Amino acid sequence: MSECVIPTLTSNEVVESKSVLPEGWKADLSNLKAVDLTLPTLELLRRSTSRLPQDVIDALVKGRDAEEAGSRAFNTLNDMVRNILLADGHVTPLCQDTGTLVFWVRHPFGLSQRTAKQQVRAAVAEATKRSWLRPNCVEALSGKNPGNNMDPFHEGHPIVHFEEWERPEIEIAIMQKGGGCENVGAQYRLPDAAIGAGRDLKGVRKCIIDAVVKAQGQGCSPGILGVAIGGDRVTSYEKSKEVILRKLGTPNPVPAMDAFEKEMTRDLNTLGVGPMGYGGNTTVLGVLVEEMYRHPASFFVSISYMCWSSRRRVMTIGTRGTVSFD
Amino acid sequence: MIRLTTPITEAQVRQLKVGDEVLLNGRIVLSRDMGHKYMKEQKPEWLKPILENMVIYHCGPVVKKHEDGHWSFVAAGPTTSIREEPYQAEVIETYKVRGVIGKGGMGKKTSEGLQKTGAVYLHATGGAGSLLAERVKRVVDVKMLEEFGSPEAFWIVEVEDFPLVVTMDSHGGSLHEIVLAESQARAKVLMA
Repeated sequence: MSECVIPTLTSNEVVESKSVLPEGWKADLSNLKAVDLTLPTLELLRRSTSRLPQDVIDALVKGRDAEEAGSRAFNTLNDMVRNILLADGHVTPLCQDTGTLVFWVRHPFGLSQRTAKQQVRAAVAEATKRSWLRPNCVEALSGKNPGNNMDPFHEGHPIVHFEEWERPEIEIAIMQKGGGCENVGAQYRLPDAAIGAGRDLKGVRKCIIDAVVKAQGQGCSPGILGVAIGGDRVTSYEKSKEVILRKLGTPNPVPAMDAFEKEMTRDLNTLGVGPMGYGGNTTVLGVLVEEMYRHPASFFVSISYMCWSSRRRVMTIGTRGTVSFD
Repeated sequence: MIRLTTPITEAQVRQLKVGDEVLLNGRIVLSRDMGHKYMKEQKPEWLKPILENMVIYHCGPVVKKHEDGHWSFVAAGPTTSIREEPYQAEVIETYKVRGVIGKGGMGKKTSEGLQKTGAVYLHATGGAGSLLAERVKRVVDVKMLEEFGSPEAFWIVEVEDFPLVVTMDSHGGSLHEIVLAESQARAKVLMA
């Protein structure tokens, strides 16, 4: 299986032709009470579960081509690319673990969050029925699976973050966060004597290296690391996830952080963990860092590990009511 | 490339070494967290003929039920195996399992179980859900679907040329241990 796969996804025309949205679908943003987000959210899920973002594909291909042709690392990355093309072509989930669904909804004043949440939930239930999502939400202790991805208490799943903004558009971002990679995330409280990490950037560096070595291949490497420095335990972890929405290859707006991200990516790829922990030069696809404020007594470094199948999409309903996906 | 068809004999398994690439054919049985806890704690007899000389796959698939009632697999890559570490060795011994498919590798206890019973750990590419589902040719049966839910049920399926790598063999070899030790040594240098 070592033949080099060319990473060409189906064209936008084909994707549009398979859309669940009727041609010419529009929302009337002048009447926010009447806007129904169910169908566009279903389309968002269809795309995120089956079509990997181009920047992630580019990073995987770059990694593959830096491995020795025919090596296990090369073949594994090649199989990943092959899988991406199959899922895209068939409109089936890239991975059977369709993840915890995390939504970020940003909206103008006047949209009912309660109604929007019901619509997002309806879209998730429908996507589950269509086998685009695995029923991935179970009762904690009993493991009982309601089968529809719905936490009946409206808290645990799907996760929907809301933010009102000053802009007229509605934006919904989604992340499908797999369980294997979620399990290898880590939060450090500095100073950390066990790894000799102090309260500075060098300390942060040690946390990141430690987390990646502990993760080995279990988070489905090559991973993408979201790192938050500061915050409290909750906001820190939350931010570490949100930063993974940034496209790979887009520079960090803070020059010092941008340099740090590049240095970390380069150094982590010398660890030799490699794709799926088989060994190789591609251990991470990128490191995304954001600094926050914190309580003087607390210094948290939170790391969210995203698997190579970094499923994320952003949908925007513009002022004219038309939908676009990025 | 080694082609294997289930059921597998102990002699066949003992020949496999870390690094061998395997194409697996025949029947395999899916089981993950709930199934392993259940097998260790309740040791159900009915699973014995299903698992003897067979291969367990750590996987919670996305499935589709067709109008005529038959099932197919839509996405079916491996889940992280280390969660089954407390159960695996005993399950292998009780049921005479010859292979375990998963991702991420397993620990010492499982390695000892592989050596004792004569079994291997086979690694599949994590996240390759579509690619691997294509190699699942038929869903033969499903057990404990009501009780466990679809991701956790015992799905019995037939696979064709299922691509795997031996990363833990029946002689104590483990690719995961080697990569871990080497990356830890490198980390020390990077953290200095």
